Amino acid sequence: MADQSELKKKLLSSREYVGVDQIEGPLVFIKNTHPVGYRELVECRDRQGNLRLGTVMDTSDDVAVVQVFSGTSGLNMPETRVSFKGEPQTLGVSKKMLGRVFNGLGQPRDGGAAPRAVKQVDVNGRPVNPVAREYPRDFIQTGISVIDGMNTLIRGQKLPIFSGNGLPHNELAAQITRQAKVRGQETDFAVVFAAMGVKHDVARYFIDSFESSGVLEKVALFLSLADDPSIERIITPRSALTLAEHLAFDEGMHVLVVMTDMANYCESLREISTLRGEIPSRKGYPGYLYSDLAELYERSGMLKGFKGSITQLPILTMPNDDISHPIPDLSGYITEGQIVFERDMHSRGLYPPVAGLPSLSRLMKDGIGEGMTREDHPHLASQLFAAYSYVKDVRNLASVIGEEELTPLDHQYLDFGEYFEKKFVNQRTNEDRSIEQTLDLGWEALSLLPAEELHRVTEEEIETYYGTVAAKTPEGGI
Amino acid sequence: MNERIAGRVSRVNGPVLEAADITDALMTEMVFVGEERLVGEVIKLNGNRAVIQVYEDTTGIAPGDNIYGSGESLSVALGPGLMGTIYDGIQRPLENLFELSGEFIGKGLSFSALNKEREWEYTPLVREGDRVKEGQIIGTVQETPRIEHRIMVPPGLAGTVTEAAAAGTYTIDRVIAVLEPDDTPEKRELTMVQSWPIRRPRPTAERRPLSIPLVTGQRVIDTLFPLAKGGTVAIPGGFGTGKTMTQHAIAKWCDADIIVYIGCGERGNEMTDVLNEFPELIDPSTGRSLMERTILIANTSNMPVSAREASIYTGITIAEYYRDQGYHVAIMADSTSRWAEALRELSGRMEEMPAEEGFPAYLPTRIAEFYERAGYMETFCGKEGSVSIIGAVSPPGGDFSEPVTQHTRRFVRCFWGLDRQLANARHYPAIGWLDSYSEYLTDITPWWEEKVGPAWAEDRREILELLQKEVRLQQIVKLVGPDALPDSQRFVIEVCTVFKNAFLQQNAFDDIDRYSTAEKQMRMLGIILCYWRRGNEAIRKGVTIVKLRRMKVLQEIIKMKLTIPNDKPGQFDRLEAKLERSLDRLGAIYG
Repeated sequence: MADQSELKKKLLSSREYVGVDQIEGPLVFIKNTHPVGYRELVECRDRQGNLRLGTVMDTSDDVAVVQVFSGTSGLNMPETRVSFKGEPQTLGVSKKMLGRVFNGLGQPRDGGAAPRAVKQVDVNGRPVNPVAREYPRDFIQTGISVIDGMNTLIRGQKLPIFSGNGLPHNELAAQITRQAKVRGQETDFAVVFAAMGVKHDVARYFIDSFESSGVLEKVALFLSLADDPSIERIITPRSALTLAEHLAFDEGMHVLVVMTDMANYCESLREISTLRGEIPSRKGYPGYLYSDLAELYERSGMLKGFKGSITQLPILTMPNDDISHPIPDLSGYITEGQIVFERDMHSRGLYPPVAGLPSLSRLMKDGIGEGMTREDHPHLASQLFAAYSYVKDVRNLASVIGEEELTPLDHQYLDFGEYFEKKFVNQRTNEDRSIEQTLDLGWEALSLLPAEELHRVTEEEIETYYGTVAAKTPEGGI
Repeated sequence: MNERIAGRVSRVNGPVLEAADITDALMTEMVFVGEERLVGEVIKLNGNRAVIQVYEDTTGIAPGDNIYGSGESLSVALGPGLMGTIYDGIQRPLENLFELSGEFIGKGLSFSALNKEREWEYTPLVREGDRVKEGQIIGTVQETPRIEHRIMVPPGLAGTVTEAAAAGTYTIDRVIAVLEPDDTPEKRELTMVQSWPIRRPRPTAERRPLSIPLVTGQRVIDTLFPLAKGGTVAIPGGFGTGKTMTQHAIAKWCDADIIVYIGCGERGNEMTDVLNEFPELIDPSTGRSLMERTILIANTSNMPVSAREASIYTGITIAEYYRDQGYHVAIMADSTSRWAEALRELSGRMEEMPAEEGFPAYLPTRIAEFYERAGYMETFCGKEGSVSIIGAVSPPGGDFSEPVTQHTRRFVRCFWGLDRQLANARHYPAIGWLDSYSEYLTDITPWWEEKVGPAWAEDRREILELLQKEVRLQQIVKLVGPDALPDSQRFVIEVCTVFKNAFLQQNAFDDIDRYSTAEKQMRMLGIILCYWRRGNEAIRKGVTIVKLRRMKVLQEIIKMKLTIPNDKPGQFDRLEAKLERSLDRLGAIYG
C-alpha cells in the first residue's frame, strides 16, 4: 500500500497544468487541480520554459494559491505551466557550500556549478524540542567593550542589532564576525550570511571584509538584494538557517548567522499578507508576524550531545528609529536581548554607538563571572548600568537648571559619564580588547565616583579593583 | 480499522482547516487529520461543514484528506506522574517525544501523558460497602517525596463501593475500586487516572473568601503589592523589563504547594533554563528539590500556534485537579499575550470580523473565563485548596493601553506594572510602585498582623506615603535642583533612595537575597522606618542631612539584604541597636 501511494505521488508530481486562472502580485491562482498539499513545492515555467519555484499558500477544493519566489513578471495566464511536487520545499545542503554565493533559494549566483548536496532538508525546519536544548553558557569574546562588558554575547544566543538607517551596524556586525572567539578553544567555525533586500554595496562591504580577514572560504552567502523580487526575501533566511543547522548539527561547526535586514523581510511578509486580503494587526503587518519571526529566531542555540552551535546576529533597522515599531518590538520579545544603537551617540562621533540602557543580553547572567570571565564581572556590569542610568538623570537635570547648580556628587557623575562613553564604549573598528582590558576600563570609570556610591559591588571588589586611576578627591561637605 | 471518519478536508489555510461532508462531529471534539493523524479540535460546525484547528504543522495536508473523530472533547489525563514532567501544549510529554523523534519535534506523534509502566505504592482509604461521593479521596499515592497524590472519585459520580483494591503497588491503569453509582445500575471501574476536558472548569463545593497571602519572597510584592492565595495578578511589561525573571523568582520561592509553569509562546532556552535550574534548587520550606512540586507546560514560540492557545487551558486544568486534592497551586502563564495573539491569528484565519487591533471580539470573554478559574475553594473532599494565577502580559511597545493589558486589568485584582526606567537602571524586580496596586490588601492584613507583626499595615502605609511624596519632590528637583529644598524634604528623598536600594531592589542570583521571609521583610522595613522617624526628628533639632548620610551604619543598612540570612533575624536586633546608638550620638551633639 505504501508503494501504491508513493507511485501515486510520483504520478501526481509529474502532472503539469497548462494555464492559470489569476495572477496577482507574486500570487498565482490555479483551479481544477488534483488535491495539492499545504506548503507543497511548486515548479512554475513561463513560456520560454524558465523555471520559477513557489509554494502553496492556501489550498481548497476549488483553487490552489501559489506564491512564486522569483516574482510573476513575464508570466501569462494561458501559457504558464505549473506542477506540484508533492513535498515541501527542500534545500540540498553540504559543507561544500562554504565559500560560495547563492540567491535566496540556494541556487548559485557566483557562476559556479551547484555544490553536490549531502542531503535534502525541508527549508521550513522543525521546532526544537525544549528538552533537547543545551542551555548556552560559553562566553564569546567580541573584543568590543560595550558588548563583552555589559551585553555579553553567548555562544548559541540570538542577539539582534537594533539600528537605524545611516548608523554603523554593518561595521559592527563585520567587526564581531572578525573578532569573535571563545577563549582557550580552537574551533571549527563558519559564517552564514543572509542578505534580504540590502543594497549591492552593503553586500560588497561584507564580502570585502570577509576577504580581507581571510575567512571568505568559511562563509556561505545567501543574497537577495534590493533589486531582486521582494518575495524571494521570505525564503532567504530559511535557506540560510537550513544550511546553518546542517553545519552545526551534522558537521559539528560553530556557526554565526548574520541576517540583514530583518525590516525588509517583514515588509515582504506584509506585502504577501495584504495581497491575500488577510486581516492586519498593527501597522498593516499580519497577525502571525510574531510566530513567523519566531520560526526564524528560534532556529538557534545548542543541542545536548552535539558539538556545534548556531549564534544569530540579526540586524534590523528600526523604521524612523522607533523601538516600539512592531518589527523591533516583536523581535525583542523573541530574541535573547538586543544591542540598540543611538543616533545621538553616533553624531557625537562615538563608535559603536550602543545605547547603554536599552541594550541587554539575557543569557549574560550564566556566561560571566568566576571561571568564565572574571569574578567581578556581574557586579561591575550591574554597577555600570546603575551609575550610567543616574548620569542620564543628571544630564536631564543639568539641561534644565544648568551645570553650575549641580551638587558636587552630580558633577562626579557627569565626569564618570563622559569617561565611560569616551574611553569604555568608544573604540576603533579594528580594536580588539581582551575581557580583562574591558573590565579594567570599567573600574577606571567607576573610580571617578566615591566608593560609598558603589552599592552593587562588594567590599572585596572595591578593595581589589577600585582606584586604578587617581580618583578625584570628593569635594563633599557643605 | 474501526476509526470513525468524521469528514474530509476541503481547505487548508495555516493551522485552520475547513472540513466538508461532516457526519456526526461534536463541538470541541478532538479529531485526527490525514494519514499522519495530526491532532486537531472542532471549533465551528455549520451544516455539513466544520472548522478545525490543528495543533501541529499542517504542511502537506491536502483537500480530500480524511478527518477521523475521537468522540471526546480535547482532554487532559489526570493522575500520578504529572509532577516533575514537562509537557507540550496538548499534554504530550516532551521527554517521550524526544525519544520518539529526536531533537526536532516530528508530526503526528502521540504518547500517553502519564507513564503507564511505572508502579505506585497505593494506600486505599475506602472499603467495600462504603458510600462515596464526588471528589472524595479513595486512596493515596506518594507521588514525590513532598506531594501525596490523592486519588478522587471523578466529579459527578457518587455511589457504593463494591470492590476496593488492597494496599499494594499498581500501575495507573489498574482498577482500584468498582463503584455502583446511585443513578444507574451500570458499575463504574475507577483507576488512578481520570480525564477532564480542558475548556471546562472543574467543579468544587464552595468558593471561600481570600484571606491568606501567597508569600513570594519578593519584597516589593509581599510588602507593597501582596497577592492572596486564590488571587489573580497580571504582570505587564515591555520586552527586557523582567517578566520572565519575576515569574521564575516567584515559581522558585513562593509558598504554594505546587507550581504549574506555562511557557506559552516564549523562548525555547527559557524552558531549558527552568529544566536545568529547578531540579538543583532546594525549596526552603521542605528542603527538597523544587522540581518535585513543579509541572511545566512548554509551547515555545516556534511550536504550532493553536497548541499555544490550548496550553493555557491544559495548565489550568491540571492546577484545578491538584486544588481539588487540597493543595495550594500557583500557576504562572508566560505570556498571556502570546495566547491572545494565537486567538487573533486563528480568528483571522477563520475570517472573523475583528474588534480592536485585529483581536476577536470575544477576547475579553476568554480572558475573564481564564482568570475566573482561580480562587480559594472548599473542595468536595472537605479540604481547602486554591489556584492563584500569575499572568504575564507583553504589551506591544510597552504600551499598557493596548487591548490585552486593558482587558486583563478588568479581570484581575492585583497589578504589577513593570517599569522600563527601572529595568534600564537594572533595578530588579522592576515593579513600578506608582502604577501597581493590590486589592487584596485588606483581605490579608489580619494574617500579617497576626503572624508577622502588628505594625505591618501601618508601616506599609507610611513607606508608600513617603514614596508618593518623593515623586512630587523629584518633580521640584527636576526644575530647580536638589539644593533648593530644605533638609527636611531632602531627607524624604534620601530615605526613599535607601528604601529603593536596600529593600525594593532584590538580587535573584544572590544566595541570601533571592528570597526573603515575611519576617525578614518586616524587620528590614522596620529598620528603614526607624532611620526615617529618628532622622526626621534629628533634622528638626538641627542635625544636617550630610551628617545623617555619613553615618557608617547606613552602609550596613543598605547591604543588610545581602548580609543577614533569613534564618538569623537576631542580627536585625543588633543592627537596629547600632542605628539607634548612632542617631543618639548625633542627637546628643545637637541636643
